[in-house]
Amino acid sequence: MTLELLGLSKTFYGANESEAVHALDHIEYRIESGRFVGIIGPSGCGKTTLLRIIAGLEKASEGKVLLDGKEMLQGSETVGMVFQEYALFPWRTTLQNIEMGLEIRGVDREKRRLTAMEYIKQFGLSGFENRYPRELSGGMKQRVAIARTLIMNPRVVLMDEPFGSLDSQTRNGMQEFLLKIWQERGDTIIFVTHNVDEAVFLSDEIVVLSRRPGRIIKRVEVNIPRPRDRTSEECNRIRRDILRVLEVEMKKEERER
Amino acid sequence: MKKERYLLLILLILIWQGLCSFNLIPRYKLSSPVEIVLGLVELIKIGVPPGHLLHHHVLYSLYRVALGYGVAALLAIPLGLLMGWFPRLRRMISPIIEVVRPIPPLAWIPIAIVWFGIGIKSAAFIIFLGAFFPILLNTIAGVLSINPILIEAARTLQAKEKDIFYKVLLPGSVPNIFVGMRVGLGVGWMTLVAAEFTGVREGFGLGYMIMTARDIQRPDEILAGMLVIGLIGLLINAGLKVTESRALRWR
Repeated sequence: MTLELLGLSKTFYGANESEAVHALDHIEYRIESGRFVGIIGPSGCGKTTLLRIIAGLEKASEGKVLLDGKEMLQGSETVGMVFQEYALFPWRTTLQNIEMGLEIRGVDREKRRLTAMEYIKQFGLSGFENRYPRELSGGMKQRVAIARTLIMNPRVVLMDEPFGSLDSQTRNGMQEFLLKIWQERGDTIIFVTHNVDEAVFLSDEIVVLSRRPGRIIKRVEVNIPRPRDRTSEECNRIRRDILRVLEVEMKKEERER
Repeated sequence: MKKERYLLLILLILIWQGLCSFNLIPRYKLSSPVEIVLGLVELIKIGVPPGHLLHHHVLYSLYRVALGYGVAALLAIPLGLLMGWFPRLRRMISPIIEVVRPIPPLAWIPIAIVWFGIGIKSAAFIIFLGAFFPILLNTIAGVLSINPILIEAARTLQAKEKDIFYKVLLPGSVPNIFVGMRVGLGVGWMTLVAAEFTGVREGFGLGYMIMTARDIQRPDEILAGMLVIGLIGLLINAGLKVTESRALRWR
């Protein structure tokens, strides 16, 4: 399975021509099956827009997204997305949220329930299957959201700063949890984050985007074997590298103001 | 703590009874609480007009409301969902709504009688008009209040338009639909009485009963009738609230 981003550009038009926002500029990238790719960049660089285009929630102004050489159709079984704000359906219990996709797909009730219960067990949500989102903690909610996405077995899993709303201890725990799940399943994951530490801890490769309009300005292969020590010299080296690049981008932004 | 709530009410009733007992308020203007209760008993046992007992009136009124309100909900909820979901539809229909809505339901009485004659259909129509707009507008607001991210999440789970309608829009709008239904019921019930003032063929209905009590100069029975109307309104609203809190456990 290969996902290719070919010359993706996106411009948002405001009420008149002068208000056009160039979000992305000719993104070219290729992701192989089973890879964990982190995308990082300054605020407003278009990382969320990029994810949304891949997910089919947004149309590119130019360029294509190809899956195994073919253009992706919206609503096909290829892409799953996890949002920063969880996006759980508040009127559905944990169980019902997780089985939502299967319900839409038409899987019969017995089978849905069994499959969803497996995920509930595996994700440490046992005992909470009949609770509503308002009764769950942030970490639990995100686990439900991830389960809801992974149960569909999408070809590509997109994550838009999924741990951004969590406190740092929960966040670290969730990162480890995500890695464990990923290592068991082998999904292809594209993970957008603000947090360099998080990107270094999780990714096989990190893609750094410039400030708006977002272009790929650096690609860093993270060859450190897992489990990684966040405080190790190798991790620090890569962090420094990336932080330096981001600093340059931020300075450019300041100079323009 | 519950007792505290009724303290003021009881106090007012006592003051009222006191004012009447000491003849500080003329009887023809305002009956005392005791007289109202006695009038109520008479309404239950003998009825106004005689033979038309209170529970008959209540049932007829409820039936009219059920009809008018039922049709209002059946039309307003689907229409509201569609108008909420399709901006174009909303833009097309809104002007019509905004023109018709300010017309008080009671102003429709003359034309309702021309269209439907005197009887249950015209009364139900007036009630329909009262209930329809609150239900419609709140349903539309319900759809518009749904966080767009939920719709996007559904799309990423391969939801098609009809899935989004039934699995996101509908459940997501339910809280607002309930608000609309309660308001609509309140307005509908209030409109009922006035609608019945204009005439009901069978001679049954709470509005009709009050009008008759006025004709025979029984202010105590008028007030007793009003009390019954208020109490029934309260009960229906309470019933809806219970259904609402059960349906909205997720809040």
